Amino acid sequence: MSIFEYNGSALVAMVGKNCFAIASDRRLGVQLQTIATDFQRIFKIHDKLFVGLSGLGSDAQTLYQRLVFRHKLYQLREERDMKPETFASLVSAMLYEKRFGPYFVQPVIAGLGEDDKPFICTMDSIGAKELAKDFVVAGTASESLYGACESMFKPDMDHEELFETISQALVSSIDRDCLSGWGGHVYIVTPTEVTERILKGRMD
Amino acid sequence: MGGYISSQSVKKIIEINPYMLGTMAGGAADCQFWHRNLGIKCRLHELANKRRISVTGASKLLANILYSYRGMGLSVGTMIAGWDEKGPGLYYVDSEGGRLKGTKFSVGSGSPYAYGVLDSGYKYDLTIDEAAELARRAIYHATFRDGASGGVASVYHVGPNGWTKLSGDDVGELHYSYYPVEPAVVEQEMTEAVVA
Repeated sequence: MSIFEYNGSALVAMVGKNCFAIASDRRLGVQLQTIATDFQRIFKIHDKLFVGLSGLGSDAQTLYQRLVFRHKLYQLREERDMKPETFASLVSAMLYEKRFGPYFVQPVIAGLGEDDKPFICTMDSIGAKELAKDFVVAGTASESLYGACESMFKPDMDHEELFETISQALVSSIDRDCLSGWGGHVYIVTPTEVTERILKGRMD
Repeated sequence: MGGYISSQSVKKIIEINPYMLGTMAGGAADCQFWHRNLGIKCRLHELANKRRISVTGASKLLANILYSYRGMGLSVGTMIAGWDEKGPGLYYVDSEGGRLKGTKFSVGSGSPYAYGVLDSGYKYDLTIDEAAELARRAIYHATFRDGASGGVASVYHVGPNGWTKLSGDDVGELHYSYYPVEPAVVEQEMTEAVVA
């Protein structure tokens, strides 16, 4: 039994034309027992930067609190928001600090950078970054997410098509995974607006 | 741990013959094979003795076979339900060699959740419709809480003239019929800006 699969999770982020989407499931379980069906794994750092933390639920919440703290210090010192690339390096560095006793999470970072250029990346629990141009996935449903995204993703989608694609990819993947599901949570981010939607899904 | 969901449309109630049903929990292949094997043995008994096998006899046949394989890795958790000359019969049989007679059972990884609903709603004098709804709710709640349970909730009735299938609901739809989602209130609607 891996501690990464203790609570169950599914996370995915996709890039569109001048926009991105990040989505997750809503389940928190203890192995096969479902505890909550409204769990949050995606967090807003600022209006154009989101982080999703798959893996152990408690470590996801702790790490999120530390990330908010570090971002606030950055804002005070620099009087601006962090760029997604900078934030990814921060997360990576914070994870590697705990090289021999890691946070049991696999983060997904998605944001709009300079000139509203979309940025997505994921990393392992000790901070090895993996940048991608199209999509990234994480969590217990990652295998099925790879399959769904690989076949459904198209480059340069607008925000409406992107929402449809990421939602279908998420829902079809979590239906094939025992430990994730029970609804979905999707954020679509364009240069001018953030849309948050809750997805209905199979509740078994 | 965890695992892949290979189908959401498996029939976990196996029709042994028109008077007897078996349920499936544990290894799918083990359950399917040994129930089919039991079906054959029951039919052979019928031809040899010119009368149908009792539920007691059938369940014992299965329990004895499973016991002979004990410790060899078979995984079967099943209920045998049927109607014979003595009336209704219900037995729990498992691959550890256990065999229990009873009036209500629940088997499998989701069974503790199903028992919770079953025990709180069970009365001796339930009507057929009430009993079917209780069983359906018990299965639904088990699929909701248990990660390893889901798919369809089949309900059968076993009477003097054999079994009939009452329903086979996709749990994905059952959830929203039990707990409809009220449409969200639109806080602000976007309208096209008028170009001056």
